Amino acid sequence: MTRRFDPARLAIYVLLVLFGILFLVPVYVMLSTSLKTFAEVQDLSRLWGLPHNVTLESFSAAWSGIPEKGVRGLSRNLLNSVNLTIPATIISAMLGSLNGYVLSKWKFRGADVVFPLMLFGMFIPYQSVLIPLTQTLSAIGLGGTLWGLVLVHVVYGIPITTLIFRNYYAEIPNAMLEAARIDGAGILDAYWRVVFPLSLPGFVVVIIWQFTNIWNDFLFAVSILQRPALQPITVALQNLSGSQIKEWNMVMAGAILAALPTLLIYVITGRYFVRGLLAGSVKG
Amino acid sequence: MAHARRERWIAFLMVLPSMILIAVFVYGFIGWTTTVSLSRWDGVTPDYEWAGLDNFKRLFAGGGVAAKRFSIDLWNTFFFTILFLLLCVAFGLLLAVLLDQNVKGEGIFRTIYLFPMSLSFVVTGVVWQWVFAPGAGERLRGVNALFHTLGLDAFRWRWYTDTRSIGPFHVALIPVVIAAAWQMTGYTMAMYLAGLRAIPEELREAARVDGASEFALYRRIILPLLRPITLSALIVLGHISLKIFDLVYTMTGKGPGFVTDVPGIFMFETTFQGNHYSQGAAISMIMLLMVALVIVPYLVFSLRREVEL
Repeated sequence: MTRRFDPARLAIYVLLVLFGILFLVPVYVMLSTSLKTFAEVQDLSRLWGLPHNVTLESFSAAWSGIPEKGVRGLSRNLLNSVNLTIPATIISAMLGSLNGYVLSKWKFRGADVVFPLMLFGMFIPYQSVLIPLTQTLSAIGLGGTLWGLVLVHVVYGIPITTLIFRNYYAEIPNAMLEAARIDGAGILDAYWRVVFPLSLPGFVVVIIWQFTNIWNDFLFAVSILQRPALQPITVALQNLSGSQIKEWNMVMAGAILAALPTLLIYVITGRYFVRGLLAGSVKG
Repeated sequence: MAHARRERWIAFLMVLPSMILIAVFVYGFIGWTTTVSLSRWDGVTPDYEWAGLDNFKRLFAGGGVAAKRFSIDLWNTFFFTILFLLLCVAFGLLLAVLLDQNVKGEGIFRTIYLFPMSLSFVVTGVVWQWVFAPGAGERLRGVNALFHTLGLDAFRWRWYTDTRSIGPFHVALIPVVIAAAWQMTGYTMAMYLAGLRAIPEELREAARVDGASEFALYRRIILPLLRPITLSALIVLGHISLKIFDLVYTMTGKGPGFVTDVPGIFMFETTFQGNHYSQGAAISMIMLLMVALVIVPYLVFSLRREVEL
């Protein structure tokens, strides 16, 4: 379709660009502030300006801390986030895949009651389970540990991962499973030989979704992990931004460090990210 | 498929671990929290002595600090939810419709509008705390400093630290709503865009052949078709708003005179900073009740229809 000049179309582009700029203001703020020196951040007449002397000193401060000011670096917390997010994501994806397989292809009696009861778990305000959760984790020796938090993310990830895989496997024709069964495959054989090899896109969606959610979690982490050395980056960033004298360039550098992993995943795998997003609204 | 009895058992056993975990960690723990909310547990060590509804009464009556704070929290949640839903739905729909006009660079625009969804509420809170920091006197910060440079001093105000209110509505909530809408508008946009793409082109063509203007096409045909999506968006975003915590906690905290306080913050501070466990449990039960009132009918409704589920 070729179009001649059309004021309505111009208006569409103007609006789209305007909104684009508005959406990017916080990104500009983060980048420009983080690239400034502490002296320049304090110069209030240049708050919104580009940095005069671009420097990465705020990033090295955010990374390794400023010991003489008692400011802890975030490198340790970034590592905690990685150590926490990767196992929790993989385990909950595996569980979701098995659950989704059974709940879409091998419905047992009562499966249609079990599924909505499971789903409800992803909507509850987690505040309503936090007290028993912290008590239980302490009782089983996982209180205040990263593995305790991994367990928590695996458990509360069950509803969404099951939902996404159940929807995904519903698309696999039953005839393919029937064929495998005629060849004598049992329920587990059929999973490994037919369903699992077709699961890659499902796993991509679930892994992106869980990685993002677990990486970004704050409430569970701040309630369960009291020791600063164990906390993931979201909690450490909140501590950093809550300190009395705010070194804004360092705080923004920290925010960028915390945001980068999930942001990169989003930019690289946008289509799959959106699929996970839409799956969360139940009807998909 | 006809399954052998043995295999039906294996199927059941495969989901059993997840069912047990959910039964314990969701339903068992909710029951446990209910017990705590009806107890006198007020300190580090558990105390399950029966207190009846005392913890709830303290939230709703008696004129104590807790009741005052909780009443502010509920009003804040109410106004926050209304404004947040309004912004997300209006701008999400607008952006989706704009992107649906065969625009060049659609992918880039979409990526920009949606990227905040991939960030932690903590990151969002930190950045928007900077943007709306009011500063004081000669030392203006954030948007206020920008207004000053542009000679727009008349627009300066105290943002999220402003203690003014219109009736029960605290104006300090506005910057927090803006931050939340910045993060979640892309979500409604993505939902509407998926909905728009699902409308067959023939339907639009037929309407155009009948002489309908683009405007009438949207008003009469397309927008009514998007109604179920609006409902889903309202419920998903609405329940997020009812339980919001991270964003507000990072960006403003409870604010002066609780102007930006929400039940999530009240619960967290009461329980984990004040060690008033039974009181915290009661707050969380009210939060659960509010969310359940929105989510349970939605789950029942959408599962009964089994639409693409």
